[in-house]
Amino acid sequence: MTETETKSLQAKEKKEVTTPAELTKPGLVFNPAVDILETERELTLLADLPGVKAKDLKIDLNNNVLTLTADETLPEGSGEKDVFREYRTGRYYRQFTLSDTIDQSKIEAVLKDGVLRLALPKVEAATPRKITIKAGS
Amino acid sequence: MIIRRFSGLPTWDWRSPFDELERMRMELDRRAGDYPGSVFRLPPAGVFPLVNVTEDQDNYYVRAELPGVKTDELGISVTGDTLTLSGERKLPEESEKASYHRREREAGSFSRVISLPTRLDVDKVKALAEDGVLTVVLPKAESAKPRQIAVKSS
Repeated sequence: MTETETKSLQAKEKKEVTTPAELTKPGLVFNPAVDILETERELTLLADLPGVKAKDLKIDLNNNVLTLTADETLPEGSGEKDVFREYRTGRYYRQFTLSDTIDQSKIEAVLKDGVLRLALPKVEAATPRKITIKAGS
Repeated sequence: MIIRRFSGLPTWDWRSPFDELERMRMELDRRAGDYPGSVFRLPPAGVFPLVNVTEDQDNYYVRAELPGVKTDELGISVTGDTLTLSGERKLPEESEKASYHRREREAGSFSRVISLPTRLDVDKVKALAEDGVLTVVLPKAESAKPRQIAVKSS
């Protein structure tokens, strides 16, 4: 952020979404907050997925539709009783349609401290390639 | 002039306009807790982060979802029965050439004071962050713990 004065954060309630048909597990489903940015070489998708472990995150790409599904691991121990709750937990779900310019074989995902960073490199077709022509003898 | 007062109807003798706001807030809080078995409560307006609080016999556990916030950027202090969480959520600077299609994640500073029902053992507070979820373990003060009293028969 380039602003000189830091903004003070205000909590937002997690956005609940209606369960898509494919999800059969009961529970709440939320839309994670995402940033999507593009450079000449790639698209980057950043998603806030607090409470999600790498093994519970599914990234699926089918017919240019990218689907993120992630289950939150509840951190509470078994002997704990609720005093009060302000946020809810459940599952994250979000879909994006990608353009054909993404090289689907080179997508990379890193999940760290509850933030997913998905690198979607563009196809190199646009890069001019030098073709050397050999003279036939 | 006759001044009629009905109990439960608003009257014009508020000590300050804020008393009425406070009353409305309390009413909302009460309603939020009205649903049977609900432990959900409306957080005070404008706070960050939202917290879930649980307890067992010895400790309170305060949890907050803070994705991407590093533990060394967090300030945690405890006095008596209150916990103060403060810090700043920074989003790493992206390439200057990047153009944003969507920007929903927010950066900024925060500070929140959470009161717990009993006094705390301030020396033994622990905090850990895992997968973007902060857990602060607050041991209850010895004096606040329930004590088993053995009844001796004479």
